[in-house]
Amino acid sequence: MTCERIRSNSWAQIVLGLTSGLVFGFLLQKGGLTDYGVIIGQLLLVDFTVMKVMLSAIVVGMIGIFLMKSAGAVRLHTRAGSVGSTVLGGLIFGAGFAILGYCPGTAPAAFGSGALDALIGMIGITIGAGIFARLYPTLDRSVLKWGSFPAETIPELIGLRPSIVVSGMTILIIGLLYLLAVLGF
Amino acid sequence: MIEWFMMASWSPYVVGAGIGVLIWTAFLLSDRPLGCSTAYAKSAGMVESAISPKDAERMPYYRKFPPKVDWQRMLIVGAMIGAYLSAYLSGTFTILIVPPIFGDVFGMDPTLRLTVAFVGGILMGIGARWAGGCTSGHGISGTLQLSVGSWIAVICFFAAGIVVAGLIYGFSFI
Repeated sequence: MTCERIRSNSWAQIVLGLTSGLVFGFLLQKGGLTDYGVIIGQLLLVDFTVMKVMLSAIVVGMIGIFLMKSAGAVRLHTRAGSVGSTVLGGLIFGAGFAILGYCPGTAPAAFGSGALDALIGMIGITIGAGIFARLYPTLDRSVLKWGSFPAETIPELIGLRPSIVVSGMTILIIGLLYLLAVLGF
Repeated sequence: MIEWFMMASWSPYVVGAGIGVLIWTAFLLSDRPLGCSTAYAKSAGMVESAISPKDAERMPYYRKFPPKVDWQRMLIVGAMIGAYLSAYLSGTFTILIVPPIFGDVFGMDPTLRLTVAFVGGILMGIGARWAGGCTSGHGISGTLQLSVGSWIAVICFFAAGIVVAGLIYGFSFI
């Protein structure tokens, strides 16, 4: 299958990574997500651009991925999380998110659109990742394993077929987007 | 067509749908979700390897995420160029150090903003690797696969983000 050949060709992957990044950065900039004010506006609950972009991406991405999965073209990449890893790490990330005002994906895009503070943020993220790498052996023996979640995916967790959960989730997200628009956000 | 690329902004729904389609191609052609934070761990590993190759080789985390230039690293490079192209085409490219909202409250001193950005970045780097993903890896790629951990992660990202942003700027909803 041609997909397999592309997946195992490391040069093709480097080109694909660059192209995907180009499209990603272009979209983030056009969506305003490279703007510190838009990110902080979301966290202050006065500007819902971030949520609109994320929810639209989730609906479109989810439907396509599950259709391709049922055709056998792709496989899922989920990992089991835990309270110690996902919740603690998520809260530390969220604090950093509000202080920096960019995230690991929007920081390079913000830098590309001229925000020099985003470059310093990227250097900080790299150092933070390095600090975590040093802590990793200790953390992996202890806190990262605390309170493992009972299932990897929502369909497994609630015991429903993926197609039903995808349909339900689609209705829920479109409803939420509609509600945001009606409320004038 | 070109007018479209020159527009200053696109509808958030169009941008979101575009990112969704981009994730289809990542799964199909690269057998991977779209995530950004792993690249930073690889960059950190490359710096450590350059300083002390033996130490970096012994670190289990860099064995898990080998420091090399690959799809994920190129994604970050591409994101810079793509955003530059978008800003250039719409004529909105502007060099700034202190974002206006930050400047209004804390003043236009670049040192303060850069220090804050640096500290925020370090926290974010630790948190992203601790949680195993960021706003794109967990927040979009993970949630759309209906991953339990990713939905919990994104809730924690925003919960802590809303609290800390409120502490910095004041809670607008109180």
